[in-house]
Amino acid sequence: MGVEMRIVLRNYNKIDNSKIDDYIDTGGYKALEKAYNLEPIELIEELEKSGLRGRGGAGFNTGRKLRFTHGASGEEKFILCNADEGEPGTYKDRVIIQGDPHAILEGMAICGYAVGAKKGIIYLRAEYPYVADILKTAILQAKEKGVLGDFQIEICMGAGAYVCGEETALIESIEGKRGEPRSKPPYPPVSGLWGKPTAVFNVETLANIPQIIEKGSAWFAGIGDPSYPGTKVMTLTGDLVNKTFIEVPTDTTIRDIIYKFGGGIADGKQLQAVQIGGNSGALISPEYLDTSIAFDAMQKIGATLGSGAVFVTDESRNLRDVVCRISQFFEHESCGKCTPCREGTMRIHDLMQKICTGDGTKADLDLLTDLGEMMEVSCFCGLGQAAPVPILSAVKHFNLLDEERG
Amino acid sequence: MINLTIDGIKLSVAEDTTILDAAEKIGIRIPTLCHHPDQAVKANCRVCVCEVEGEHLLQTACSTAVKEGMVIRTHTPRVIKTRKLILQLILGRHPQDCLNCIRNQNCELQALVEEYGIRDNLFPLKLKGLPEDRSTIAIVREPDKCIECRRCVEACSVIQTVNALCVEGRNHELSISPVMSKPLAETGCVLCGQCIHACPVGAISENEQIDEFLAAVADPDKIVVTQIAPAVREAIGEEVGMGTGDMPMDKFVAGLRRIGMDYVLHTNFTADLTIIEEGNELIQRLKENGTLPMMTSCSPGWINFIETFYPDLLSNLSTCKSPQQMFGALVKTYWAEKMDIDPSGIYSVSVMPCTAKKFEAARPEMNDSGFRDVDLVLTTREVGRLFRMFGIDFDKIEPGQFDPWMGKYTGAGVIFGATGGVAEAALRTVYEVVTGDPLDDVNFTAVRGFEDIKEVEVDLKGITVKVAVAHGLGNARKLMDQVQAGESPYHFIEIMACPGGCIGGGGQPITKSNVKRKERINAIYVEDEKCPIRKSHENPEITQIYEDFLKEPLGHKSHQLLHTSYKPTNKEIL
Repeated sequence: MGVEMRIVLRNYNKIDNSKIDDYIDTGGYKALEKAYNLEPIELIEELEKSGLRGRGGAGFNTGRKLRFTHGASGEEKFILCNADEGEPGTYKDRVIIQGDPHAILEGMAICGYAVGAKKGIIYLRAEYPYVADILKTAILQAKEKGVLGDFQIEICMGAGAYVCGEETALIESIEGKRGEPRSKPPYPPVSGLWGKPTAVFNVETLANIPQIIEKGSAWFAGIGDPSYPGTKVMTLTGDLVNKTFIEVPTDTTIRDIIYKFGGGIADGKQLQAVQIGGNSGALISPEYLDTSIAFDAMQKIGATLGSGAVFVTDESRNLRDVVCRISQFFEHESCGKCTPCREGTMRIHDLMQKICTGDGTKADLDLLTDLGEMMEVSCFCGLGQAAPVPILSAVKHFNLLDEERG
Repeated sequence: MINLTIDGIKLSVAEDTTILDAAEKIGIRIPTLCHHPDQAVKANCRVCVCEVEGEHLLQTACSTAVKEGMVIRTHTPRVIKTRKLILQLILGRHPQDCLNCIRNQNCELQALVEEYGIRDNLFPLKLKGLPEDRSTIAIVREPDKCIECRRCVEACSVIQTVNALCVEGRNHELSISPVMSKPLAETGCVLCGQCIHACPVGAISENEQIDEFLAAVADPDKIVVTQIAPAVREAIGEEVGMGTGDMPMDKFVAGLRRIGMDYVLHTNFTADLTIIEEGNELIQRLKENGTLPMMTSCSPGWINFIETFYPDLLSNLSTCKSPQQMFGALVKTYWAEKMDIDPSGIYSVSVMPCTAKKFEAARPEMNDSGFRDVDLVLTTREVGRLFRMFGIDFDKIEPGQFDPWMGKYTGAGVIFGATGGVAEAALRTVYEVVTGDPLDDVNFTAVRGFEDIKEVEVDLKGITVKVAVAHGLGNARKLMDQVQAGESPYHFIEIMACPGGCIGGGGQPITKSNVKRKERINAIYVEDEKCPIRKSHENPEITQIYEDFLKEPLGHKSHQLLHTSYKPTNKEIL
């Protein structure tokens, strides 16, 4: 069993999430006080130096996002917390909020101070009403205690669309419109919610911020892989012994996650493939297990860290069925705005269904590849660009056709 | 200025120029489907993708602004392969029955498929199986043909502010639909037909009534009499390979006779008549403290709009029927009498730039002649098809002349076809009637042109009349909100439902941009200038009809035949 390093989960199961005093007793809201004693730009510099990058999947430097939002002109600005967590196999944001809801509120308030925003909105996954209750209690208590100063936070419930995890679709949804991505530029730090400067952060990103302010950027920058410092919460699903969640430094290897933290493959079977980052992650073959989960290291092997979901399949699974199910997910969740995603996700699923019946041909694989490569570079948003990644990796690294399977 | 390179050609363009526009400047056309020059960028069809050096993703030319030093390649093998695949995906959902589609040979998708040499179907055809919507008399929707570009939605919601169309559902089940999936007739749709112009394919079109027309021509008991609206002549040439405004009126008349019209008359005559009635109505309202501002009533899309969205302002509308309906009421009374023809045998066909006219003619109250006043409305496009069907060579056709009693018109009638034209025509007459002085200059240029809302003040020696002109229903809405708030400074407001006025009507040759609308407007004023008489009250046939039949403006006969009333549609609007 490996040893975790818990930053965002440090209070998980240690404090009562319905009591703000429990959080305060562990040093909570000290970081916000500390932040108030800094100039906003000093605060931003500190976060930039920490090297913290977004934990939602895109890996953008958090401090730089704050700097853009800080520099954007506008009297009204917003901090949005992306808690839409729709990636299958991912439940880290839920665990973080359940364990320590005030860390999110404190992180948002710090960001609000840094950019000059007085309002924060938590966009919460529709399937998490019980998490909303926890957050409502926390917001109410924070208001009563006055710990957030003049920073106001409210909750906006999603309606179940996967695409609303994309930040501009999330913004459209908050505005009451169809959940569909916007053209970028302008990016949200310049023109976001209601056309105002807006910074959108993932739950895990926000939960890191109070700790960084409290312990300093050097402390954080020294943890894990220097290109993507800190820890990452990973949720382990599939054919593992331990189906659980862990928080580990970012230089941890995939092998350690599966075999040390996950306890290896269940029932003594062999690993066939692992998919990291949710449904849009590549299917990684065992030869790449010694890669670290750090953002850039994963990119080098054509994979992604994404949300940190780890989905393991053992040798007994038919990978075609797995890929087919993934393609069905994207067919269902495409918002329908752009042609390549709307039609491409459907055709990929059709082709996978054909391959699953055993009637697939080499020509079908070629068409899958053509479709996937076209979608990767021409879809409107990240959903469509990433949807073919698992399919392309499966075609490249695994045998999907009958005769080749022997 | 921004310096960049496109396909190896160096150029400088203004900041904020898109790749699409920059390429066009050096003669490179990048294909588009969702792009519309008069609409916001949508970037959803993705066929305009290009390679930009340094960018991993292909960039959509319609939405990407140029940057200093950018190196763009618009037609690399990779780009062409991507575009072809996207087109194949669209074709996989599009009924490939081009031969019997109303937009055959005038379809943006068909043109691109031809350009990109697509010879096979990469994907099995999967149609949505959505039913046709023929719930209105004017507009037909064939949602299975829709390629989900959303141009119609924007025309309806942003330009016209009618919001009858919306995006429903998601993923490959997404569809463009009347709101709440209702039939179009049950929405706030005003039948302006601007969605037809916006559609790149044949998913929305006019309700084609060519067969009804041919049946009437074939019927020996019917005398087919036609009226041509202002704005049709300016555009009809586009349907038969001529330039905008190039169809000579006498050849147009001859063409109409060739397709089976027994008598050819002109709606311009009743446009002049409208000016006399409406001008006198305005004078009466000004003198007798009537409801002001008085609003024009010749645009049926506008009438549908106000009856639906501003029913509290109906008393502001002029009670004058539109020129089409005045004509319809007179052709089976006055004209039939003059020609000694039994009105029951008259089949009255109007040629209109408009889809909403089909609805107006079918209104149950439009039967003051004792018969249905206008039996059939054909749009400019339908008449264009008839001209092609009859194989007419307009270079060789012998010119024809209008028939008597309702065929003479003035420049004031002609300009009804352009935004501002009704207001200008009214001012030419009202000024002379009220002041008793001749106008030095009949050109009220302040109300001409494509500006959203135009204004003019005219001194009638004692009364200063303030006039406003709006075209497009989004602009009309601005003026109506002002009236509703009690803040309207105007005495007279001209509204045309369509951008540019009737020349941009929903029945005109498919018009992708306002550039074409402006060309047609220019052609209108050229024709006005050429008219020997340019004031409605100087039209000799108008003088004649008052002497022989109507007796006086706003008189008993006028009220019976030329005026109407309005009522709220009471539609549930979302």
